[in-house]
Amino acid sequence: MSDLEGRGTGDRTERWRQEVAHPVQPIARPGPPPKRVRVVLAERKRARRVVRTLAEVEEQTGVGEMLVRSLIKAQLLVSLWLALVVAATIGVLPVVFFYVEDLGRTSVLGIRLPWLVLGFAVYPFLLAVGWVYVRLAERTEQNFVNMVED
Amino acid sequence: MRPDLYALVAVVVVGLATVVAGGFGVRFSRTTSDFLVASRTVGPRWNAAAISGEYLSAASFLGVAGLVLRDGVDALWYPIGFTAGYLALLLFVAAPLRRSGAYTLPDFAEARLRSKQLRRVATGLVVIIGWLYLMPQFQAAGLTLSAMTGWGGWAGAALVAGIVVTNVVLGGMRSVTFVQAFQYWLKLSALAVPVFVLLLGMAGERTEAARAIGADAPPAFTARSTVNVQTDVVLQVRAPVLVAVEGTRARVDGALVHGNVYWGPGEHSVQAGTTLTFTAGTPVPVVVGVPAENEKWLRPLGGGDGDHALLAIYSLMLATFLGTMGLPHVLVRFYTNPDGRAARSTTLAVLALLGLFYLFPTVCGVLARLYEPQLLITGNTDAAVLLLPESVLDAWPARVLGALVAAGAFAAFLSTSSGLMVSVAGVLSTDVLPPKFRDFRLAAFIAGLVPLLFALSAQSLPISQVVSMAFAVAASTFCPLLLLGVWWRGLTDAGAMAGLLAGGGVSILAVLATLAGADPPGWLGTLMAQPAAVTVPLAFTAMVLVSLVTPRRVPGHTARILARLHAPERLGLTHDRDAATRGTEQPGIPGRVGRHRRPESRRPEPPPSEPHQEATDAVEGRRLHPD
Repeated sequence: MSDLEGRGTGDRTERWRQEVAHPVQPIARPGPPPKRVRVVLAERKRARRVVRTLAEVEEQTGVGEMLVRSLIKAQLLVSLWLALVVAATIGVLPVVFFYVEDLGRTSVLGIRLPWLVLGFAVYPFLLAVGWVYVRLAERTEQNFVNMVED
Repeated sequence: MRPDLYALVAVVVVGLATVVAGGFGVRFSRTTSDFLVASRTVGPRWNAAAISGEYLSAASFLGVAGLVLRDGVDALWYPIGFTAGYLALLLFVAAPLRRSGAYTLPDFAEARLRSKQLRRVATGLVVIIGWLYLMPQFQAAGLTLSAMTGWGGWAGAALVAGIVVTNVVLGGMRSVTFVQAFQYWLKLSALAVPVFVLLLGMAGERTEAARAIGADAPPAFTARSTVNVQTDVVLQVRAPVLVAVEGTRARVDGALVHGNVYWGPGEHSVQAGTTLTFTAGTPVPVVVGVPAENEKWLRPLGGGDGDHALLAIYSLMLATFLGTMGLPHVLVRFYTNPDGRAARSTTLAVLALLGLFYLFPTVCGVLARLYEPQLLITGNTDAAVLLLPESVLDAWPARVLGALVAAGAFAAFLSTSSGLMVSVAGVLSTDVLPPKFRDFRLAAFIAGLVPLLFALSAQSLPISQVVSMAFAVAASTFCPLLLLGVWWRGLTDAGAMAGLLAGGGVSILAVLATLAGADPPGWLGTLMAQPAAVTVPLAFTAMVLVSLVTPRRVPGHTARILARLHAPERLGLTHDRDAATRGTEQPGIPGRVGRHRRPESRRPEPPPSEPHQEATDAVEGRRLHPD
């Protein structure tokens, strides 16, 4: 691949490099090479700028580093908040049952409350927390992509 | 005991189907890139069913109900932890781990921190955790077979170990997503159908059952029952009971006894080899250390020593909530997700599937308390699910449901053991065995033999408890490595090593001592049986502190790797194995599966056109994941 890599060194040629570098050694192939289709996603100007930001993101220079740091921080905050929600609900249940013994004797719909909570209600709750997380995490990612592409 | 023909047929069918599927799977699942090809054709739902199918082991299928029968509502923390572990995985590592392109935990350790030594330690931990997890699976297999046929426990253990080794050598069904997905539905129906039938069958006696389960007395024998005591036990008796003692070596309370005996309230020891017979309606003597009266069994922390039980529950929560992400057979399945987003939706679906499944072991445990309290005498509560149909129904419905349950149990042993065995044999053959003997078949054989020997010699503890020990080791080693590796720039190889050694060392010692039979009184005993409450904070602290004092060892590429882990694939920073194995890039050059490649990569990969290309591919695949 080194012969191909030699062609592009700057950001602007990055797109070129991607296109020639995939999918795999067009040069080593015997016989006529398969037809290569060029895919144009957007106007040239915009694409070039995106590529530059991308490179900055990857090399962690200038704007790129700031963007990545803020993405990681935002994602971590989402995860930590939701983990805290679980810790503050499911996590305190053993202590609550320990100190409020009457809860263990309460029945709801003919089933003891602890059985209802631990045997059933916990699972939809975990699923709901997971669902909220997926929504939030994807929104954060979308914001990040938008910022990189702007 | 008579061999149960229906159940034997069901077990043979499941075993044969698994081996055949494994042999068939080998044709199209040779290399890592097959996983990648699969990743483009398998949607999150199938994938989630496959992950759940591999994850639900004997501990979930048999163990949870057994612990509910014994410990009551406190046992419900086991299935909650087994499920919540996937939430922690989703919140902190699912998408970044998929984007890392790492295929195994040692791969991740090496890629993130550039340290061969760290890779070696991680490899050792994968093997130990895998063996700890495999051992109870084999014990459970022995239990199942001996419940069905009356054979010794070693027969079933050796049989399952043999099937799994053969299967893994043949190619392993682990990569066959559809087989694993099918296993999930098989396990779910193998519990759900009996539960519904039994609940319908006992509709007439519901009020009576409700009264019995809430009574302030131990459960009572439903019929005249004979119990063979196979290991020494100490029983707690509340009201005087009449018991007929038989057996040539029958010893009760230290004295040779034969004939009818009155037991007064208090504790009575019974030696192995004794046969006890109770009449119907007699309150069941219960092994010491667990709640005897149903009323206490119904309440949280009703077992007596309250604060020890509380510590045990929190330690278990730490182990299971944080341990799932560090299990060797869990990570690799995430590779079949096409990207980080799909990894998230798959994990979400896994949460739903596990939640659905765990409703049933709970019900089984409650029914077992009503219908087969005799298991409380021997302490062999893991057999509860297997014997349940027979104790509630009779004639052919009992046989058919029993066969279904046995099939589900075997599916549980086979799927989980195969997944673990592939992981363990994989790292054994690539990283541990001396180069001369780097043979995957030999590795698979060793990977199966060691836990089998352990299973035959170690003390027989409840399955779920032993499995939760494997979780504890994972939570004290790979969990901090993954969390800090994914989220913290300051992690160094020295810090990671210190954390793995501290957390892993202490937790492994505690677990091995417990398995060897050590049971010191008080706090120490509680913590040795479930060390996560101490070892998880220890591992985190060691990793962070040592990293902070070795800031110069932060790898130079940290920023780039973190960007790759967290940036969505659409931006094209992710470095995938398909690119690596196909030789389009050199190590160190970040992968550029750029934006314009996206639509194309959705389609199934065309077969490699050149022979040499295919050869590289196969070699690479074998090195990374030799199945």
